[in-house]
Amino acid sequence: MGRIVIDPAKCMGCGACVRTCTAGALSMNESDEAKNRLHRIAVIDAGLCTLCSSCVSGCKFDAIKMETEKAAVTDYHGVMVFAEQTEGEFLPVAFELLGKGRELSDDLNVKLMATYFTAKTTDEEINKEAAALIKAGADTVFAVKENEKAVKLEESFAERICAIVEREKPEILLTGATMFGRSLAPRVAANLKTGLTADCTVLNIDKETGLLQQTRPAFGGNLMATIICPKNRPQMATVRPGIMIASQKDETRKGEVVIENTEASSVAGIEILEAVKAAKTESIKDAKIIIDCGRGIGSKKNLKMVKELCEKLGAAYGCSRPLVDTGMCEYPHQVGQTGCTVAPDLLITLGVSGAIQHLAGISNAKKIIAVNTDPDAPIFTAAHVKIVADCMDVVKDMLANI
Amino acid sequence: MKYIVCIKQVPSTNEVRLDPETHAIIRDGRQSVINPFDLYAVELAKRLKEKTGGTLTALSMGIPATERLLREAVSRGADDAVLLTDRAFAGSDTLATSYAISLGVKAVGGADLILCGKMAVDGDTAQIGPELAETLGIHHVTDVCEVLDITEKDITVKKLTEAGTVTLKVSFPAVITVVKDIVQPGLPSIAGVRKSMDAPFTVFTAAEASADTARTGFAGSPTNVVKTFTPEGRTEAVPVAASDAAEFILNAIKEVR
Repeated sequence: MGRIVIDPAKCMGCGACVRTCTAGALSMNESDEAKNRLHRIAVIDAGLCTLCSSCVSGCKFDAIKMETEKAAVTDYHGVMVFAEQTEGEFLPVAFELLGKGRELSDDLNVKLMATYFTAKTTDEEINKEAAALIKAGADTVFAVKENEKAVKLEESFAERICAIVEREKPEILLTGATMFGRSLAPRVAANLKTGLTADCTVLNIDKETGLLQQTRPAFGGNLMATIICPKNRPQMATVRPGIMIASQKDETRKGEVVIENTEASSVAGIEILEAVKAAKTESIKDAKIIIDCGRGIGSKKNLKMVKELCEKLGAAYGCSRPLVDTGMCEYPHQVGQTGCTVAPDLLITLGVSGAIQHLAGISNAKKIIAVNTDPDAPIFTAAHVKIVADCMDVVKDMLANI
Repeated sequence: MKYIVCIKQVPSTNEVRLDPETHAIIRDGRQSVINPFDLYAVELAKRLKEKTGGTLTALSMGIPATERLLREAVSRGADDAVLLTDRAFAGSDTLATSYAISLGVKAVGGADLILCGKMAVDGDTAQIGPELAETLGIHHVTDVCEVLDITEKDITVKKLTEAGTVTLKVSFPAVITVVKDIVQPGLPSIAGVRKSMDAPFTVFTAAEASADTARTGFAGSPTNVVKTFTPEGRTEAVPVAASDAAEFILNAIKEVR
C-alpha cells in the first residue's frame, strides 16, 4: 500500500508524467500551490492511480515520490481482549480469551489488556468487578462506563473500542465469536482498516516474525487455513466460545484498572423498542450431551421416543437438515453448517449419514459415537466410536436399560 | 425506496479447489450457486419492495460468470443487477471485499436499505455486512429474523440474540443481515426468468467504480492465507458391537456427566 505524492516545489510542469501514466490518473492542473507560479503542476487522481510508479521514474525533476505508508507496525505492543458481558456478568468466553491472551502475551513478552463495558457506577464497584479479569490474567483493564444496560449496540461499542485501541495500540485484539462479537468485531476492523480472522481455533505466535498465526476451519472444517495479518494493526481474531481454555484464577495477581468515562456519541437513528428473553430452552449450542438424529430414525413416532430418551438422560436433541426440511424437527435444533455449530463433550448420532454440511457442525464435539446401519456412511470418518446398527433398536435398548 | 441485495457466489459442491500458490479459492463459476443465506435476503427484499414500492438492485463482486447468478437474483425479484469485476478485485479478503461492495453501492447512487445473508457458507465469516456498514458509515443490524414494519424513513426489525430477541427501529440508510427462514424463498417464476434475460445488467471495473486499487484485491487485503491443510485425520473409529451399543452409550454418558 502507498500513494503517489507530487512535490509542487519541484514540479516544473513539463507534463512528462502525464504521458507516462498508464492509468490516466495524472493531469496538469491549476492548483492552490500553483497560483503564484508561472506554470501548472501535475496533480494525481488517487482513485485512478494504480501505483505502477512509472511516473516516479519518468519525472526528470525528482518531484514525484511513491510514499509507502508506514504502517508503524512496530508502534503496536501488547495483546488486548474484549471481555463481553451480558447483564452485568462476564461471559465464559471472556476468561477463555484471557487464558489464550496470557499465553500469547507471555510469548511476546508484552502486557495483556482487557477492555470491557460496565454498568457499575462507583469506582469501588468497578475495581471489584475488573479484579476478576486481572485474576484471570489481565495486566491492565479498561472499564468503559456504559449506561445502556439492556441492549448492546455495536456502533456505540465499536466507537469506544476503536478509541482505546488507537490510544493503547495493542498488536493483537481478540473478541469472542458470540453473536454480538461477530457483529462488533467486523465493525471495529473496518473502522481501523485492519484484518479480521473469524472463528479461529488455534492462535499462536510465529517465533521468527512475532506475527499472530490464526488458524481457522474453512469449508465446513474440510480444510484448515492459517492466516496472518502482516502489515496492519491490530491483528484481529474472533474465537468461538468453548474453544480456548481459561487459565486458573490467580487470586494474588495484581493489575491496573483504568476507568474510561468517554461517552459514546449518541447512536441517533437506532431505537431499542423491546428486548425479549426467550424462555430458557436448552440451547443445543451449550449442551454437554447431544443426541443428534438423522433421517435414519425413520418416523415422527420414533423421534418422540428419542426425545423421551433425551429427557431421561439429560441430553439435548439435535437433528440434521432433512428432518427440519420435512417439518419433523424445529430449526433451532438443526446441527450443521446452516444450523448450529455444537461443541458438546459427547455427541451421539443416530441414523445420521454424515453429509459434509452436517459434519461441519459437529467437528468441535469432544467425543462422537455414531450409530448407522450403513458401515460405509461418511459419519464414521468423523466418529470416535462406530456402531453399525439400527439406531432405533439401540434407542429402545437404552430406554429399557436406564 | 432503493433497495440493494448483496449476493455471493459459492461452490455448490463440497469439492473445493484451491490455488496452490495463493491459497485462494478457484472460482471458475462452473458449479456455483447463490449463497443459500442470500436467497432469503433476495426474497425479503422483493417482498419489502412490493410493499413500499421502489427499486431492487442485486449487487455482487466476482468473476464475470457471476452474471448468471445475478440474473437468477433478477428472476427472483430484483429489477436490475450490478457486478464488480476486475483482476484488481481478485484475492480480496473481507475488508477489501466490503470496500469494493461499498463502491458498488455508491456507483448505483446509494440505497436506503442494503440486505445481505447472515453469512456465506464457504467463508463462514459473517463479516461483510457489518464491515460494509462501517465502510459506508451507516447503521447495521445482524441476524434479523423478522421485519415488523417499514416506512419511508426507517425499518423495525427483530434480531436474534443469544438471550432471545431484540426489536430495533433503525433509520435509513442501513444494512441488515438476515437469518435462514426469515421468509421462504419461492422458485423463480417463468415471467421472472424471462425478465431476467433482458434486465439491465451493469458491469463495473475497478477504475469505473473509482476504486483505490491499494485497497482492493490481494494488495488491499490485510490478511494473507499462508497455509492450508486438511485437518489431522482422527484415529479410526473404534467399532462397538450392536449388541453392546446401548450399554456402551449409557456408560459414555455417565462418564461425561
